[in-house]
Amino acid sequence: MPKVTYVHPDGAREVLDVPVGTSVMRAAIMNGIDGIVAECGGEMMCATCHVYVELEQLGRTPPMSDDEKAMLEFTASERKPNSRLSCQLVATDEFEGLVIYLPESQV
Amino acid sequence: MADPVVAIIGAGQAGFQTAASLHDEGFGGKVLLIGDEPVLPYQRPPLSKSYLAGESGADELWLRPAEFYSSHQIELVHSETVTGIDRDRRRLRLGSGNEIAWDHLVLATGARCRLLIVPGAELDGVLPLRTLADADTLRDRLDKAHHIVVVGAGFIGLEFASVAIAHGADVHIIEVTRQAMGRVVSAQTSRFFTDAHIRWGAKVSFGTAVGRIFGTGGRVAGVVTTDGRHLPADLVLICIGVIPNAKLAREAGLEVDNGILVDEYLRTADPMIFAIGDCANFPTPFAPTAQARGLQANRRIRLESVQNAVDQARCVAAHIAGRPEPYRKVPWFWSDQGDLKLQIAGITAGHDEAVTRGDPVSGHFSVFCFCGGRLIGVESVNRPADHVVARRLLAGEPGLSPEQAADESYDLRAHARRPAESAPSLISGKPAGRCCR
Repeated sequence: MPKVTYVHPDGAREVLDVPVGTSVMRAAIMNGIDGIVAECGGEMMCATCHVYVELEQLGRTPPMSDDEKAMLEFTASERKPNSRLSCQLVATDEFEGLVIYLPESQV
Repeated sequence: MADPVVAIIGAGQAGFQTAASLHDEGFGGKVLLIGDEPVLPYQRPPLSKSYLAGESGADELWLRPAEFYSSHQIELVHSETVTGIDRDRRRLRLGSGNEIAWDHLVLATGARCRLLIVPGAELDGVLPLRTLADADTLRDRLDKAHHIVVVGAGFIGLEFASVAIAHGADVHIIEVTRQAMGRVVSAQTSRFFTDAHIRWGAKVSFGTAVGRIFGTGGRVAGVVTTDGRHLPADLVLICIGVIPNAKLAREAGLEVDNGILVDEYLRTADPMIFAIGDCANFPTPFAPTAQARGLQANRRIRLESVQNAVDQARCVAAHIAGRPEPYRKVPWFWSDQGDLKLQIAGITAGHDEAVTRGDPVSGHFSVFCFCGGRLIGVESVNRPADHVVARRLLAGEPGLSPEQAADESYDLRAHARRPAESAPSLISGKPAGRCCR
């Protein structure tokens, strides 16, 4: 099972085993990682599961849809080139060792 | 003095969010979240969408895992009903016979399905859809159903219908008014969705209602419409709207009129009692006539949505934690039907002008709705970028004309980003879209 590291804004790190087919958002919610709100439950409606993917690992994540691009306009924290909605980061074997940075704020 | 106690009645999306936000706000008192269902707080939207379709499981419905509540100092009480509110003694009476003391009370009691009062409504196979238990029953029945009648062409009915069609059932939707989702969307959007459902294979009858339901051996066999047609059915879904759960509030002497009446801070007449989510009737600058006339006369409204539940919960949690702000969030909604995603920003009911951006034939378009020349809401179909811009525009003074909205070469994003001085906020004195945060 791919191991994904979640890095909090204060630098604290948590590592989760994310089953293939499960999103980085859902894994965080079900494991009680604070910092991902996900108020719409993964429908790409709210932009409260915003994360930054380690820049050189971006290529391992699935491509961004137009819906996701549009919704990233609505993030509470700054949108950066490595911004993603974690509900769209559905784990594959490629996710082994992925590092995700949580933003300062989701709302 | 003992730590203050916040009791939250109702463990749906609004109740859950109040408890979670109190923790985020650093509230030091005790938080009690009381729900009458036997399960963890869960999300409702998938119940008529992916969960019903069997694409997601129950473990994806929970808002948070069980451990979240203890680690966030939230005392979750489930399978418990509240039978009375004693405002003088600040106590709740519980179905179990116990009493709970509170200092702040949050009513997040939600709503229940409106019942269809016709002969045969009690037959086996005539079902509602609101709770996880309802969805489990429907999921089970859906596999065996061949002829389904959906009573009511609102969001829930149409979402269910699209899932049922995909399951291979015959689906007949009957709607007493002349339009699908007529209470919440423009005629253009309504017509587009009606056509889509017909294209997917549903039959749709407007302007007719259920006269009676008939069955054999206690099981439903069909529906007789008020215009005299016999429709065979082994499953009938009743989705004709909801009624806010306001009995506790009424019996406690709080005013109720299509929901529990609250002020712009979401407080009832008792300043220690708030009401939020589906059960709350609140004043808003986003109701149409208020916008046409300016802010003098905010209209009252009651909304049934995730956004409303979550944002009102945050507003109340901040208030209890000592940061009171009036509630003025832009309402938004969504509905998934077949391959169509409908996203609504603002409240479009009451518009006097509607223009379309994009070509409905392409399956990607938005309807921009105006009242007195002012943008009041936008309905987007498979066009999320418009929806995002609309939410931004509606949080301030939109300053968008119908001509600009209809002109696809006009850059809406640039319009939404124009300097704040040229875009005075609808909400005077507040930065647009940032109150209650």
